[in-house]
Amino acid sequence: MPLNRDFIGREYPAAETYEVSRELIRRFATAVGDSNPAYTDIEAAKALGHPDVIAPPTFLTVLGFRFGGVGPMSDPALGLNYSLVVHGEQRFVHHRPVRAGDVLTVTSTVADIRDAGSNELMTTKMTIVTTEGEPVADAYSTIVSRGTAEGASA
Amino acid sequence: MTAKVSYDDVEVGTELPAQTFQVQRANLVQYAGASGDFNVIHWNERVAKSVGLPNVIAHGMFTMAEAGRVVTDWVGDPGAVVEYGVRFSAPVPVPDDDKGATLEVSGTVTDKLDGNRVAVDLDARLGESRVLAKARAVVQLA
Repeated sequence: MPLNRDFIGREYPAAETYEVSRELIRRFATAVGDSNPAYTDIEAAKALGHPDVIAPPTFLTVLGFRFGGVGPMSDPALGLNYSLVVHGEQRFVHHRPVRAGDVLTVTSTVADIRDAGSNELMTTKMTIVTTEGEPVADAYSTIVSRGTAEGASA
Repeated sequence: MTAKVSYDDVEVGTELPAQTFQVQRANLVQYAGASGDFNVIHWNERVAKSVGLPNVIAHGMFTMAEAGRVVTDWVGDPGAVVEYGVRFSAPVPVPDDDKGATLEVSGTVTDKLDGNRVAVDLDARLGESRVLAKARAVVQLA
């Protein structure tokens, strides 16, 4: 069954904020095996001009899982069957590095839903801003809903 | 930001030092915990095979993070990465043995942009399989 195109343009602001800590950054950097000192050593980060340790470029993926339960994909009216879903594309645009001490607010927007052969592609944009209103990053995630395009046999 | 690479020292075609990453089951368990992505296809071989996958597969975002290290290790300051995007073009199956999967990642400067920025295209392979497509980072150089 095709995805509900009425969802295009809908916004889902997360009700809670996300507090970035030194320990969360350390845990993520360790999990990807990255020993760059900018992630764990405050003095090293400061020597690079950052006020505190910074997060790896893909760290913000954690927000998608932290707030996924309140986003568009959790709404049954979208018609998404999660077992047919694979991650298609991901892109981050960083306005400045994420750093320890940031308190982030996240708004997810359904940017696009379109057919690609027998599949559908759904792109969600996460706009990430500090509680003071400073833009931090935009994260674009495209999922593939396999075989659900109108007229597909699946 | 303090990149250790100078814009003037880089040309279109400049190659970044290539790296090899070993991905084992333990890495995926650790990444699941750190990222919050507990999808069973990344840790349960029985379920992964039941949905048609060859084996447990690595999180796409784990592969993206490893490939990005070719850029951040080159530039020194990870905060210099202003854009980073990929398409996930093939899965990375991770067998339950002492070796796991071997990812080979290389990078090439493909464009010099305004404001001392460059575009780097990444090539990430598992054997003959290209696991990332359109993998590109925009980096702020000194």
